[in-house]
Amino acid sequence: MKILVLLKQVPDSDEVKLNPETGTMIREGVGTVINPLDLHALETALRIKEIGDHSVAVVSMGPPVAEEAVREAIAMGADRAVLLTDRKFAGADTWATSMALARFAEKEGPFDLILAGEKATDGETGQVGPETGAMLGIPVATYVSRIVELDESGITVEREVEEGKEIWKLPLPSLVSVTKDVNEPRLPTLNGKKLARNASIERIGNDFLELDPSEIGLKGSPTRVVRIGTPKLSRKVEMYEGNSIRDGIDEIKKRLAPYLEVNHE
Amino acid sequence: MSDLLVIAERRGNEVHSSTLELLGKARELSMKRPLTVSVVLLSDKRVQEDAADALFSGGADRIIQAVDKSFGRFNFEPYTKSLAAIVREFAPEIVLAPATTSGRTYMPGLAALLKTGLTADCTGLDIEEGTGNLLQTRPAIGGNIMATIKTPNHRPQMATVRPKTFSPLKEEYESKGELVNFGVTHDLIQTGAKLIEFHPIGEGQKSVQDAEVIIAGGMGLRKVENMEPVYRLSKMINGTVGASRKIVDSKWIGHEAQVGLSGHTVKPKIYIAAGISGAVQHIAGMQTAEFIVAINRDRNAAIFNFADIGLVGDAVEILNELAESIESEVKR
Ligand SMILES: Cc1cc2nc3c(=O)[nH]c(=O)nc-3n(C[C@H](O)[C@H](O)[C@H](O)COP(=O)(O)OP(=O)(O)OC[C@H]3O[C@@H](n4cnc5c(N)ncnc54)[C@H](O)[C@@H]3O)c2cc1C
Ligand SMILES: Cc1cc2nc3c(=O)[nH]c(=O)nc-3n(C[C@H](O)[C@H](O)[C@H](O)COP(=O)(O)OP(=O)(O)OC[C@H]3O[C@@H](n4cnc5c(N)ncnc54)[C@H](O)[C@@H]3O)c2cc1C
Repeated sequence: MKILVLLKQVPDSDEVKLNPETGTMIREGVGTVINPLDLHALETALRIKEIGDHSVAVVSMGPPVAEEAVREAIAMGADRAVLLTDRKFAGADTWATSMALARFAEKEGPFDLILAGEKATDGETGQVGPETGAMLGIPVATYVSRIVELDESGITVEREVEEGKEIWKLPLPSLVSVTKDVNEPRLPTLNGKKLARNASIERIGNDFLELDPSEIGLKGSPTRVVRIGTPKLSRKVEMYEGNSIRDGIDEIKKRLAPYLEVNHE
Repeated sequence: MSDLLVIAERRGNEVHSSTLELLGKARELSMKRPLTVSVVLLSDKRVQEDAADALFSGGADRIIQAVDKSFGRFNFEPYTKSLAAIVREFAPEIVLAPATTSGRTYMPGLAALLKTGLTADCTGLDIEEGTGNLLQTRPAIGGNIMATIKTPNHRPQMATVRPKTFSPLKEEYESKGELVNFGVTHDLIQTGAKLIEFHPIGEGQKSVQDAEVIIAGGMGLRKVENMEPVYRLSKMINGTVGASRKIVDSKWIGHEAQVGLSGHTVKPKIYIAAGISGAVQHIAGMQTAEFIVAINRDRNAAIFNFADIGLVGDAVEILNELAESIESEVKR
């Protein structure tokens, strides 16, 4: 079985710079790591690999510096690592990102199972998984907290939703995005690290994907970030301190009065 | 007149409150630019009369219902394909859906099929003067920034909105009450995915999302035993216990209680934050509360910038004092 894991590289700190003109992220000069939630998707794939004759490929779309993040996946046990990188891909929103990932999966596939993380810690839309699945025309299960079973006939998963838990059986190929409850990701082994150091990371550009310029990068992105601001949220606070604490407590009591459970008869 | 579609969220046979919140916002947008507001309801049963009335008086000009047994619970392919067919027929300018586990899944699928933009988890929606474009504002990068996003050249403009972000209409809307049945053809519901089981969660305390009063604890309570006054107070006032991520991560309480960016957005009448520092990610989930009380030992704690009243002192002591004071009053 061929498994593909979608990995996003994200800045390794919370300090993210944005290009004020395009509203897109400036990734140059920031260290990158694999999106922490994607490690759970990779771990899911690696556990499947352990129990059968399966191969695990990872793919990430990003700037050349993302290579280090992808290499980490080899250290953890992935068989193949691909970086989709091309100046023309820059500035992609989730639609254009998904388009490139879906085209890669088509060209290098078919993959039986595609795994994604719940969301990326920077853009945090959680849209790339389901968009990619829809473009490929395959079933999608999101918020998967447990893999119940996998065989030739399909994959059985547990989804965690607002009202409870669902068990779904999906045929293959399908796309599954997992939450962090699905497993505990492993650490790379020493051996894995050695392997990763010498591994060649494949770089693929649009020469290979052959997407129309209107479908990639900023040009292929239906959304535009038009303004970036900081959250404006403050209120005017009345402070109680020291001797006035009692007044503060009385004030809270007054506010809570309508909600008191008065069940003494 | 152009159309705005709200995709309804169902819980069993009930229409979820997030749908009415979106209808409220849709009516507000329709003041800035004339819009026919339709609500799309996918279900395995026909809409009941009282539910339909609630949607009409909640702001819908029209209900578009599609009935098929494959719509019982959310299923990716039938939902995205049927919604795509509905959007193609009604050609709306704007499509809104709640940012729930299902909305966050079918909306990307729909945007992919329609080749259009989708903005996630919006906290603000407005109409741009001049162009009539939808301005969609959302937090990103751990709540550190607010981005305003447009979809200038593609239609429809699509957005998901977290439940409890907007308010339902206060007054009943005078609707013409048009009910349209959308015929679901076989190709739209084809899928190999099958629901095997569904385990509903038991009725416990009111979920934080629906609570009117929330008492939320943070790391400033110092140890799990000190959650006791939080529970005690919450019980007295029929409230719900909320939490910061730190105490959820420390396993003092389950994730369902977490308030904030990676937890729930809440909109209670009263929110009491006890021993919570006020990190942007926490604020992102509770600034929508009507009245906020902060209790913190550090008078410079960020939480005080977001509170209506602030008490500087030990959280456990203050909560206990408050509980005792309420108790003695009730006894009298
Ligand atoms: C402030 C800000 C706000 C934004 N808001 C929006 C918006 O509302 N709508 C929109 O369409 N775009 C938006 N974008 C653009 C969006 O962040 C990028 O398109 C990004 O490349 C992918 O989206 P994400 O980070 O939300 O990933 P998510 O959709 O959250 O990622 C989900 C999963 O998809 C996979 N994945 C995601 N990206 C990649 C990748 N590059 N390579 C491989 N796998 C990947 C991973 O498995 C990941 O866990 C925004 C960007 C910024 C800077
Ligand atoms: C991507 C991302 C998503 C996140 N999502 C969320 C989220 O959804 N929800 C969330 O809450 N956090 C979230 N966080 C974490 C957030 O940044 C904070 O770390 C967290 O909110 C801190 O929790 P806290 O206020 O309980 O703890 P702390 O920050 O440790 O604050 C403890 C507070 O208690 C006060 N204190 C100490 N002793 C006492 C005492 N005796 N009496 C009274 N006060 C006292 C201290 O002065 C301090 O202000 C997220 C972070 C990231 C990066």
